[in-house]
Amino acid sequence: MANAQFPDLIPAIPELFLAGIAMALLMFGVFQKGGRDEQNVNVFRVISWMAVIGLVLALLLTTALSGGRLVAFGNIFVSDGYAVFCKVLVLTGSASTLIISKGYLERQGLARFEYPILVIFATLGMMMMISANDLISLYLGLEMQSLSLYVIAAFQRDDGRSTEAGLKYFVLGALASGMLLYGSSLVYGFAGTTNFDTLAKMFTDAGPDGPGTGIIFGIVFILAGLAFKVSAVPFHMWTPDVYEGAPTPVTAFFAVAPKIAALALFMRVMVGPFGDLLAQWQQIVVFISVASMILGAFAAINQRNIKRLMAYSSIGHVGFALVGLAVGNEAGVRAVLIYLTIYLFMNVGTFACILAMRRGGRMVEGIDDLAGFGKTHPMAALALTIFMFSMAGIPPLAGFFGKLYVFLAAIEAQLYGLAIIGVLTSVVGSFYYLRIIRIMYFDDVEDPLDKPVDRDIGIIVTVTALVMVLFFAYPAPVIANAAAAAASLFAG
Amino acid sequence: MIEALAFYMFACTAVAAAVLVISAKNPVHSVLFLILTFFNAAGLFVLLGAEFLAMILVVVYVGAVAVLFMFVVMMLDINFVELRQGFLQYLPIGGLIGIVLLVELLVLVGGWTITADAARSAVAKAPAPEVTSNTHALGEIIYTQYIYLFQAAGLVLLVAMIGAIVLTHRHRDSVKKQNIGDQLARRAEEAVELQKVDIGKGI
Repeated sequence: MANAQFPDLIPAIPELFLAGIAMALLMFGVFQKGGRDEQNVNVFRVISWMAVIGLVLALLLTTALSGGRLVAFGNIFVSDGYAVFCKVLVLTGSASTLIISKGYLERQGLARFEYPILVIFATLGMMMMISANDLISLYLGLEMQSLSLYVIAAFQRDDGRSTEAGLKYFVLGALASGMLLYGSSLVYGFAGTTNFDTLAKMFTDAGPDGPGTGIIFGIVFILAGLAFKVSAVPFHMWTPDVYEGAPTPVTAFFAVAPKIAALALFMRVMVGPFGDLLAQWQQIVVFISVASMILGAFAAINQRNIKRLMAYSSIGHVGFALVGLAVGNEAGVRAVLIYLTIYLFMNVGTFACILAMRRGGRMVEGIDDLAGFGKTHPMAALALTIFMFSMAGIPPLAGFFGKLYVFLAAIEAQLYGLAIIGVLTSVVGSFYYLRIIRIMYFDDVEDPLDKPVDRDIGIIVTVTALVMVLFFAYPAPVIANAAAAAASLFAG
Repeated sequence: MIEALAFYMFACTAVAAAVLVISAKNPVHSVLFLILTFFNAAGLFVLLGAEFLAMILVVVYVGAVAVLFMFVVMMLDINFVELRQGFLQYLPIGGLIGIVLLVELLVLVGGWTITADAARSAVAKAPAPEVTSNTHALGEIIYTQYIYLFQAAGLVLLVAMIGAIVLTHRHRDSVKKQNIGDQLARRAEEAVELQKVDIGKGI
């Protein structure tokens, strides 16, 4: 057998860099950690900042790869415009949630250096998912991400709810991985390959008879596994419990980076290898999209805990994003990418505000605790108002444009029902977003929340709120990049 | 001839042991029968020419998984008699579901079609057994063609290890640990006290 060639590492440089950083920081943490608490908190601070810097550097490396389509490791790893766009979103999400987490973790006695390292590993897994060009590399990326997430969900191990969240997430996540693997093995068994490019070519050439029943069977299982990871109805059951139980910074992270990565992967799998089978999977995606939008709108109405409310809100947002996927063409994918970009800033900002909710040094998470927020913290309340209006989709805030592009794509593809249900559920959803604003400004102050807000959180809130407000003035970079990314997904 | 005999021996023992796994009264016996099943399955793999899979089955399943089972069974004091109660009561409905599943499987297998060009698009065709042993063939691709997946799996295991330590390792003050530096620094004057004890009295 001929000698194997040294693999081309250039396309995977950001991932290699991130893996190296994570292992170096792990060593640093293990050897610097001591018996005393203040020393451990210092190590945690240093490693947190190093992790943020590492993520930003990885982001720069990723953007350096933008341009053409590069494949590596025998065509199982791909770096194209689509991957670069999604990786930039994921890295931004991870870095910004790490910044807003630090204060909370130190106050709750959770300042252990493993947290930022696990976040880096989770991010690395997400980047591997986004770049996957093979069912095996997809699964390994997904497992790396999920395993890190299970651990950080249970990070507050002395707290019953956090351990419960971790355990629930683990058991259901393992079930979803099993379904995904079962589907993958069926696809492999019936098609003879796991490579996305080869699969796509095979289905293009399949002719009028279409693929065998076994393939469709496998795709349904893969869809179910992926729908669990993006927490779309009917695989959403874990989301409210996990979001409520996990420590708030972890919830903030869950709501942003893994969701974007899983949706990006969802689109790559559906549009890439199975793109020619649109007729077979479109109805399933339409169904889970409609169900997610409806459940997200109605189930959130009765919630009293703001983290639980955000869980239902994120289920609804996934429903809106899946409208774009259900369309299944370039305009749809572009709309989803724009939606995800706006979703990222909106959610980071909202969770930064939630992390600022303290009373007497303790964290509170009830919606009613926000009473009088408008009088005691005028700036933070203004920012939270902007985020809530944006989530409800009220123009001219950014959230409106996200929904606009998604629904436009649906209407152009003549999926009128989907667009109408989307608009109606977003009207229902605006009820609970607006209720938060009412509580902040019109309810009486009983017991005001603590001041001042951490400086890091203040900066993140300001930046994200400005993005929300100013998006309509200068949307060109996001829209142009999303369009290029969507085009690269379809070109490959 | 010998091959056929060996096949029937391994297959019959495997099936018989598998039946005993679920019917044995004592859970420890169940685990031991499970190990016997694994060994026979490994024998079947050897007959198929898949000696690597056979070795992995013995090393991983017998060596690690079954021993773990044994620990769990012995550590958790589960009353299996209680668990078995109501078995006959649920037998009809369970049997019905089993039959439905069997019919569904038969229908699926009946409609089995493999995509026409499956053989052409196979990623890594298995080399003929005459050319190379399958352990050798696996070794040749796992560190070259699949290096990325191999390394990624390694990272996943690293994350699992970090996770296990993060979630379970605690710093406990009550635990007494040996400190060799302190031990060597001790001197006789600090450690030993000489007392004069009067006869007929205590200290």
